[in-house]
This record gives sequence, structure tokens and C-alpha cells, in this order.
Amino acid sequence: MVRFITRRVLVGVATIIAISIIVFGLFFAVPSSPAKVMCGKNCDPASIAAVETRLGLREPIVEQYTAFMKGVFVGRTYAEGSAFEQRCDAPCLGYSFRNNEPVTAILGRTLPVTVSIVIGAAILWLLIGVSLGMISALRRGTLFDKVAIGISLTGASMQVFFFGLILLYGTVYATGLLPFPSYTPFTENPLQWASGLILPWVTLGFLNSAIYARLSRAQMLETLSEDYVRTARAKGLPLSRVYTKHALRAAITPIVTIAGLDIGASLGGTFITETIFGLRGLGKETVEAVNFLNLPIVVATVLLAAVFIVIANLIVDLLYAVIDPRVRLS
Amino acid sequence: MTAPASAPNSPTTTDKGPYLRVNDLRVQFPTEDGVVKAVDGVSFSVERGKTLGIVGESGSGKSVTSLTIMGLHNTKRARISGEILVGDRNVVGMTEEQTRRLRGRDMAMIFQDPLSALHPYYKVGAQIAEAYKVHHPNASKSEAKKRAIEMLGRVGIPQPARRADSYPHEFSGGMRQRAMIAMALVNDPDLLIADEPTTALDVTVQAQILDLLEDLQREFNSAIIMITHDLGVVAQVADEVLVMYGGRAVEFGTVEQVMRRPQHPYTWGLLASVPSLHGDSDADLVPIKGNPPSLINLPSGCAFHPRCRYAGRNGDRSLTEVPELHQVLERGHLVACHLSEADRTKFYAEDIAPSAGVAQ
Repeated sequence: MVRFITRRVLVGVATIIAISIIVFGLFFAVPSSPAKVMCGKNCDPASIAAVETRLGLREPIVEQYTAFMKGVFVGRTYAEGSAFEQRCDAPCLGYSFRNNEPVTAILGRTLPVTVSIVIGAAILWLLIGVSLGMISALRRGTLFDKVAIGISLTGASMQVFFFGLILLYGTVYATGLLPFPSYTPFTENPLQWASGLILPWVTLGFLNSAIYARLSRAQMLETLSEDYVRTARAKGLPLSRVYTKHALRAAITPIVTIAGLDIGASLGGTFITETIFGLRGLGKETVEAVNFLNLPIVVATVLLAAVFIVIANLIVDLLYAVIDPRVRLS
Repeated sequence: MTAPASAPNSPTTTDKGPYLRVNDLRVQFPTEDGVVKAVDGVSFSVERGKTLGIVGESGSGKSVTSLTIMGLHNTKRARISGEILVGDRNVVGMTEEQTRRLRGRDMAMIFQDPLSALHPYYKVGAQIAEAYKVHHPNASKSEAKKRAIEMLGRVGIPQPARRADSYPHEFSGGMRQRAMIAMALVNDPDLLIADEPTTALDVTVQAQILDLLEDLQREFNSAIIMITHDLGVVAQVADEVLVMYGGRAVEFGTVEQVMRRPQHPYTWGLLASVPSLHGDSDADLVPIKGNPPSLINLPSGCAFHPRCRYAGRNGDRSLTEVPELHQVLERGHLVACHLSEADRTKFYAEDIAPSAGVAQ
């Protein structure tokens, strides 16, 4: 088991390093020079040169990469020895080209918003989606099943911007039932945190529930036709025990994989949801940074998203090994 | 049907009577294409300590029969009529909860493929202990585990205490089937249904498993139904044989009667398709031509007539009249065939006996 974990962690670290190299290459692949972007519209060549020196853009690319990675882990000092000397402590991800704000500060402000949205929505979609799918499978062909399938088909074919806007209109503009979505840190006021995020939770939660309900139903139906479920019944186990202990555990395995990847990917940013509800999360920040060629933010957010996916994968692998004893061997 | 009533009166009957009695069992599944008549009026009985072999091709209704006895069909989807008396309790019409109490305690089942029949996520010992505990709610966890280990040892698994903590994928095929047998017998059931228990196993392991079942039967004195398409298995373990075709019984008798003096052309066909180790090694195997019939649209008259080389020897009776089981030659030997006694003896002596392996 220890070897299994070590190997997965090493693979994860290697993946992140590879992604960091590719993302860093973006600095040099973009058609415009970062120094020009940072310097602004009316910039003379001298100022551009000064910016380039300050950002270390004149160094060889390999040295720039090592300087960047060094900054992440131990911090770095920009333009050492010059009048512009600037100390950036670890983890240093650079400064925004627009307002020179440290990227870490931007992440610290936007990440909690996205994490709050995703965690609340994920709890909703896993609880509702999976239980709906399981019950549908057990009551296959009944009215409950048909209604659930109908709703989930509707949900699966809808889009966040459509469903979210309808919800926003119905609960905020037309009736005033809910306040306009906003973000209050959980530590400040948990109640306000929840009431401000309930719309994005319901939107993302409902749409993903639809997908998870269909997936869980299919998985459960497949599992129920397995020989070992018949064996469990032949032993004389009550149906409730057959379904929960024998069928559910097997049916849930593939759902764990997809849920892990979905949550990991969503943490990298839920741009559309954030935009509709006017929340400044990671997704919105990233898209804006891309529009402004604000490369330090782009690099940081892409890296962060990669880290989330790698971690989610790792957790999924570990859960798999816990659920399925056959995985532990390989 | 009147004839099968003589089946329980076979020479082996004791005063207590058979443990399992199936009377005129019919199982139908309504589907979009029509009604599947999976079992159509089958009767038989099995006593404690005796083994009934049920033989037939896929789709002959043998597996459906066994699952119906166990009450494992969805009663909403299957139409079941007739009588299944398990120790004088009629399983037909019982609620799910009532059959559940019998399952695993009074009647148990082992399946064809032990790898897929055991749950891949749970330890073998735990799966057996669970089967014990469900019918012994007062037993403690350690008692159940002890019982599981005892059973694993009983079915010939070495180091049972250690192997109880293994997962099914860590067992070999034969060991898995032994574990399945241990699970089925953990509550000392009076009836054991084995549905092709050796089909998925190596030939060498098959014999071991059959020996084990015989040993355990002597020890536990259970009634066994051995469902198989392998006539070698039947010859080795069965006391009586029921041959099924198209959801109906076509021949019934002691193993001696059915294997040595088969009377139904379908049984002849089955025997002729098995290679013989004792007979002429150059003799050709004679497969039964054609395919098993559709259970939605059974052929008229005798369901076997499209594949039977002797159909039509009695005018058009084979095509119009469903043959009933009736006694032939010896007491207890029942056949559902329109051929006359004389014809049957003649065809068997001329066409079948020279090439059929088992019947030499």
C-alpha cells in the first residue's frame, strides 16, 4: 500500500513539473512581449528595456524557468541591485501586469470563492444525483423511475447560463426571495456565506445531479444483474442488505472516479457560473487575465488547476484501492 | 398430467417422502415479443440424500426451474403456477420475505462461475460468515467466522483460517467453487441446487468437486439437484435423471434407465454427441441437428419434432399432439414420445446403440 501511494505521488509530482514547463513556455509563445503589455500604450523602447531587465526577461529561457520555480519554493528578488529591486517571498508567483498586485494575493482572494461554490454544489449533486439514480434503478420501470429519468434528461441537456439566469430571474429579480449572489467568507458569517452562494450551488448542483443520476442508475442496473448479487440473494440476505452492502459498493466505484475528476476540474474555475452570478472566482480571474495577456496570473491559475486535478486523481486512486481489493495488487 | 405422479413412488422412497416436490410447474415471462414459456408443466421430486440430475441444452428450462425453486425470480415479471413443496411448504405464492427465510437455510444454491458469483470486494471468510449470520442472528461475529473457517476446512481448503482472509481473486477456480460450496452448506440446508457447478472448471478439478459434493451429501444427507448439460457428470453423481427440452420433461428415470436404456430420441441425441472412452474411438460423434426451439413460439405437437429423425412415424401426431410423459418398459421410467414401444426398441438397437458411448 505504501509503495502504491509513493508511486502515485511521484507520478503526480512529475505531471505538475511537466505542466509547469509547458505553461512557462507560454511566456515566449505569445505574439506580444510581456514587457510591452506591462508598460502600457505610450511606452518608449527605453522603458520597455527597463521593464524587461526588471522582470528578468533578457535572461536565457532556462534560467528564467529556474528563477520562476525558485520563486515558488523559496522566493526571489526581482532586478537585484537596481533601483527597482523588489523582494517576493515564497510562494512567489510574480506580479499582475495590470496593477502589480502579487499573484498570490489575487489567488488568495479568488480561490475561496471558487472552492465555496464547488464544495456546496458537489455535495448537492452527489447526494441528489446518486441517490436519485440508485432509487430509479431499484424501481426500474415505475413512475418514479420515469419521472426521474425525464428530469435528468432535461437537466443534462440544459446549460448553466440558461438555467442559472432563469433561476436568478425567478428568485431574485421577480420575487426577491433571495439576495443577489455575493461572497462572504465562511469565517466571517456562515449564514451569509450560504445564502449568498445558494443560487450557484443549486444551478451547478442541479445540472450535475442530472448527469450523476443517469450514471448511477446505469451503474446500479449493471451491478444488480451481476452474479454476486444473485448469490447474495440466494444466501437469504434481506433485499435492503443486498442492495446496500453488495450492489451499492460495487456500483459506486466508477462514480468515485468521475466525481473526483469533476470536482478537481471545477476547482480550477467555474467561469460561466461565476460570471452569471457576478462572483469573482478563479475562473473569472483567469479568463480576464487571458484577455489582458496578464501572463503571471494565467501561469499561476493554470498551474493551480493542474495541481487540483493531480490531487483529485490521487485521491480517486487511493479511494479505489480502499473500495476494491483487486486494485491493491497492481 | 397424471403420469409424473408415479415419480415420487420410485423405489427409493422412504416413509418421510421426498423433501422437494415440484408439481406441474409453469413459469412464463411476458415480453414485448410474446410470452416466453420457460417451464411448461414440469413435475419431479427429490429425497434427502438423493441426487436428481436435470439435463438439457441451454434454453431447455433447467436453470429457470432451479431459480424458481429458490424464489429468485421477480414475481412481478414472471408468471409462476403449479406447486413447489420444499419440506411441505409451497414456495409458489410465497412473499419475498417468506422465501428469503428459506433461502440459504433450507435450500441453497451453487452457481456455474464461482469467480463472478463471489463478491470481488469482500473476503471469502466474511462472505461465508455473512451467510451463516443472516440465519443465525444471535451468533456473534467470531462464532460466524469460526463457522466459516470450519466450513472452508470441511470443503478441503488448506489452511482455512488463513485463507478465510483472502479475497476471491486470490483463489484458484477450484478453490473458489469449494468456497461457494462451503457458503451454500454453512447452514446445513436440506436441499442443494448445483447449477452447472463444474462447467467453468478444469477437467481435473471437476472430478474433485463432484467427489466433494458426494462426500458432503453423505455427511449432511441433503437432497441435491444437479443441473448440467454434461452427461458424464450425470452418470457419475445422479440417482435419477430428468431430461428437459423446450421447457418440458421429455424423459425421466433412474440414472441406470436413462443412461443405459434411453427411450427418447432427444436423449439418444444427447448421448450420441458425447465421445466415448470405452467404445470405438473411430466412431463419429452425431450432433443433434438444428437449434433449441424458441420458447416464445414452440413447434406444434412434440417440440422436438423439427429435429427428430423419427418424427412422423405415427401419422402426423408428432406435429399436432403434445406427447405426455408415460411409463415405458420399466417402473418409474417415463418418456414423452409418440413412438411405439416396438419402434423405439428397433430404432435404438439399429441406429443408436452401436455408436452411443455411454450405452454400451
